Amino acid sequence: MATTIKAGESYGFFTDTSICIGCKACEVACKEWNQLEGNSPNFLADSFDNTGDLDAQNWRHVKFIEQVPDQSATAGNGTAWLMMSDVCKHCAHASCMEVCPTGAIVRTEFNTVFIQQDVCNGCRNCIAACPYSVIGINQQTGTAHKCTLCYDRLQGGLEPACAKACPTQSIKFGPLAELQQAADVRLAALHSQGVSQAQLYGRDDTVYGGLNAFFLLMDKPETYGLPNASNATLPSRNDLGGYIGAAVTAVLAVVAGLVALRRRGSA
Amino acid sequence: MLFLAEHFVRAPQWTWYILFYFFFAGIAGGAYLVATLLRLSGDPRDEPAARIGFYIALPATLICPILLTADLGVSWIRFWHMLVNVTPGDTSLNFKYWSPMSVGVWALLVFGFFVFVSALEAWLSDRRGNALVPAIINRAFNVVGAVVAIFIASYTGVLLSVSNQPVWSDTWALGGLFLASGLSGSAALIAMLIRNRPDASFSLGRLHQADGYFSVLELALIFVFFVTVGAAGSLGRELPWLPLWAIAIAGVAGSLVEARGHMRMQAAAGSGTAAGIRLDTLVVSLLVLLGVLALRAAVIFSAQ
Repeated sequence: MATTIKAGESYGFFTDTSICIGCKACEVACKEWNQLEGNSPNFLADSFDNTGDLDAQNWRHVKFIEQVPDQSATAGNGTAWLMMSDVCKHCAHASCMEVCPTGAIVRTEFNTVFIQQDVCNGCRNCIAACPYSVIGINQQTGTAHKCTLCYDRLQGGLEPACAKACPTQSIKFGPLAELQQAADVRLAALHSQGVSQAQLYGRDDTVYGGLNAFFLLMDKPETYGLPNASNATLPSRNDLGGYIGAAVTAVLAVVAGLVALRRRGSA
Repeated sequence: MLFLAEHFVRAPQWTWYILFYFFFAGIAGGAYLVATLLRLSGDPRDEPAARIGFYIALPATLICPILLTADLGVSWIRFWHMLVNVTPGDTSLNFKYWSPMSVGVWALLVFGFFVFVSALEAWLSDRRGNALVPAIINRAFNVVGAVVAIFIASYTGVLLSVSNQPVWSDTWALGGLFLASGLSGSAALIAMLIRNRPDASFSLGRLHQADGYFSVLELALIFVFFVTVGAAGSLGRELPWLPLWAIAIAGVAGSLVEARGHMRMQAAAGSGTAAGIRLDTLVVSLLVLLGVLALRAAVIFSAQ
């Protein structure tokens, strides 16, 4: 997709999992461009996937969801594995950004979520907050790392490496409005073909105010390890309850303390 | 209808440094508050015990930033980024009232001032043999400091809740629970240290009584914690940590038994009675402190 990239416009990914073949070219392209060493090879023993998770070394990760019912999509075909090239969602209401105490996590001129490496101090509050398990700590730098949506490439007018490398165009990059339009067309096409389970995730604002990296899924979000709309909640939802609980306890404790420690009679 | 929370988050690997930070923050805040309460409602003969509280708060507070900085690992030199946003072109002070970690760092700084001044005042007064500052000024200063102390002892629980982690974010009770537990632990610690300061023994019985009351609060909040976490469907995560919960409960039970004993003793012999320092004070106090640590460990590790 030839896209003229301009600051001030929202960009993102539309990842269509229905045409992902699990080749992991996106993972390789991401590592190569961003100079990520990757983790040591590890036999996971529970999947044909050999990457594991998104973390400081895996900013793109093709999930293999192999625990699906052993049934053919159509007669004569094999088991319907689900594959999904997962990535930071660049949420409109980003949990990581909300809790970051240093101001390291910012929204860029492309409306993406970016961790400034020279500001981050590795407190890991963002890791506790990110509902998608996207962020990891780089042990060498001691800072939090995740997909930058190839911020440096965008600044140079280039599309992100993963989208460039994807051979099936499962990963589409572009202005958010255009991607949303393309997603709507694709969903309608699938539904017209009888693929009723296809659904968009993060296309609208029901999940974290909308995701700049949104998906077409072939099953419910939980199957892919994504929180559904009712579970997609911001950390700050607990601010009020937590502080009120503490304040009520404080009042009771002070009263109890004053009663227990009060002066009683003369010496 | 029961709402079952689903979490797909990664654990932040907040382990030993953070566990001990939470412990010392609870003790520091609790000790300052108990000492202030002793000054506010107690007898002049409670002053030695109050000073023990202010002395405890000082080292317990000083170790907090050390633990927090150590937890940053190789980025430890950037600890001050919590206070100052060093974003090029946007350098400013960092304060996010909705982020407990951000508020907590500032609160720790402010609390450090109150703790230092109070401990210094206690030390100078001990050296002089009488109060250095008029009681009214002292009390006013301590009350303001105690408000910050309450925050320090409780915000760590709120910090955990303000996340998307299982267990932590499934309950609103952690702030109150950590506060009650910190108060119980600090009352027990002051009681234990009275062994080294006989002139403070006048306060021993009532400190145990206060510890008992704080433990009742703690017990109620442990119940609320399990109910809220259970309602969210995360109770299974607590099962491996039941031994730690058992230690926490044992600490609470020890506090209650000791408080009951001292209340009976006071009822029989009068409230002004200076209770003797016995072995049970030492044993129960150590058990309570172990319980304070175990409770925080159970909460921290169950989500990770």
